Amino acid sequence: MGWTEKEQQDLDKILKKYPPDRKLSAVLPALYLAQREKNWLDDDDIEAVADALGIETTHVHSIIGFYTLFRKEPVGKYMMQVCTDLPCALRGAEDFFKRLCERMGLGPHGGTTEDNLFTVEEVVCIAACDKAPCMQINLEFFESLTDEQIDEVVARLRAEAS
Amino acid sequence: MANQLLKEHVLFRHRDIKDIHKIDVYLAHDGYKALERGLKEMTPDDVTNEVKASGLRGRGGAGFPTGVKWSFIPKNLFPKYIVVNADESEPGTFKDREIMESNPHQFIEGVILCAYAVGAETCYIYGRGEFWTLFHGRLQEAIDEAYEKGYLGKNILDTDFSCDMYLHLGAGAYICGEETALLNSLEGLMGQPRSRPPFPAVAGLYAKPTVVNNVETLANVTPIILHGADKYRQYGTEKSPGTKICSLSGRVNKPGNYEVPLGTPIRYLIEELGGGVIDGKEVKAILPAGASSSNMGADKIDTPMDYESMAAAGGMLGSASFIILDETIDAVWAAEKNVKFFKHESCGKCSPCREGTFWLTSVYRKLREGYGTKKDVELIETIINQMEGNCFCLLGEFVVPGVRTSLALFRDEYEQLASEENEADQPQKDLIHTFF
Repeated sequence: MGWTEKEQQDLDKILKKYPPDRKLSAVLPALYLAQREKNWLDDDDIEAVADALGIETTHVHSIIGFYTLFRKEPVGKYMMQVCTDLPCALRGAEDFFKRLCERMGLGPHGGTTEDNLFTVEEVVCIAACDKAPCMQINLEFFESLTDEQIDEVVARLRAEAS
Repeated sequence: MANQLLKEHVLFRHRDIKDIHKIDVYLAHDGYKALERGLKEMTPDDVTNEVKASGLRGRGGAGFPTGVKWSFIPKNLFPKYIVVNADESEPGTFKDREIMESNPHQFIEGVILCAYAVGAETCYIYGRGEFWTLFHGRLQEAIDEAYEKGYLGKNILDTDFSCDMYLHLGAGAYICGEETALLNSLEGLMGQPRSRPPFPAVAGLYAKPTVVNNVETLANVTPIILHGADKYRQYGTEKSPGTKICSLSGRVNKPGNYEVPLGTPIRYLIEELGGGVIDGKEVKAILPAGASSSNMGADKIDTPMDYESMAAAGGMLGSASFIILDETIDAVWAAEKNVKFFKHESCGKCSPCREGTFWLTSVYRKLREGYGTKKDVELIETIINQMEGNCFCLLGEFVVPGVRTSLALFRDEYEQLASEENEADQPQKDLIHTFF
């Protein structure tokens, strides 16, 4: 990919935050920018980030491998990340995760729906322990969830996507 | 002294004053008056000394005296940086998120005062990637408002002091809450810890003098400068002054954040504020500092929540993230959950942590799936003994107390899972549980 005009503007704004000789600091924000459109990063995206910052693609790969929010494999348009860590699990998050997978027509460990709209996965603590069961959909918080709320949200997102 | 009630919130002022996240409301309630006082009536050293006198201790977990930390910054090296640790990722901790979301200006004001005290002109707030909406919404809006009103930018309040503030997001790595890993991450590297010395105060971000403080710590600075250290000390104990936000989660009726004077007993948090344990059950264990903490037994429920008393009772105050287990909870399951968390989050730099969390996870799994033997219970002890004191940073060290105290308090539950019948075909079972 090349950067679109809007993305280039965003990138310039990001780079201004760091000293001119410290462009490498912008690698995480640049990766977020590159990942924004399709929710994962292909080889072209990775090269675009490396080029923009004047660094090796190898380094960009090591960063993507280290940080869990970047992905090199295709995922759904909406990433549903459910916390099942101890505090949430004490309030039923593991069962909630299973029910969610079932409702989405997925196996017990989540995955991506056939229409490629939703990817469901278990994640570690997202700092919403008092409002379990909780999850993020594309990094937006959904808290104190019931099964009915899930159905509503999913229906809304499906409608938005069609 | 220890059990005094809070008259009004010191940190969670949004719970007393509606819409305080908006700068006009904040200004109508003494907003940015501390900054004005600091910049116009006090020298930078005065500010540091006032914070020292307040006795404020780092709220991220370590409890190091904040003013002392600031005084380590060399005066003759430039530029200097403030890096705020907003990488709140400890299971059971969700306090900084509420501060930044609901009372952001008090926090921002504290950051600017810190910058003034040490002579820094650039501040980065490093938040975890999951705070995306907060960092692109409420918090960024508050910073923009502060710039518009002249509390950030060039020549703040017509003084010589200038200061910029930028938000930076991590991307899903618990280890970045460790301050040197955070600095590496902010420099665009993998978030792995650095060896110390040099300490960040001398060679931190870009090898320049850097203060790294937690969000809650800096939110405390504003009232300290506004009202003075003496008034700040009206709450808390002699050695642990002030208030603390406790994140309460797990098997209680009303989980949530509660601000209490330091020294308040745990019982008050669980029973009065948290509405007691669900279904009136008994407390089985208290994890006072998230996944990183020891299990404290129910007999410790009257321990005052301050740094010294918690340590004396075999726990730690840490970030005050109280996860409550009740009598219905399987202790081995709970310990396994935390061990798996650390295995997932180990950065892989040092072998005691990388391998230790890997082996612990395997042994726990083996026990829980019914293939364990008595030797496996002993093996857990052997592993944590080899980890303790040998890990490169605290992440690995934090695995040890939870496992050790879980074993000490609930050994019978572990041994119930260990069967002698399993001894016979061990090699095969070990293979399955180690590498599958």
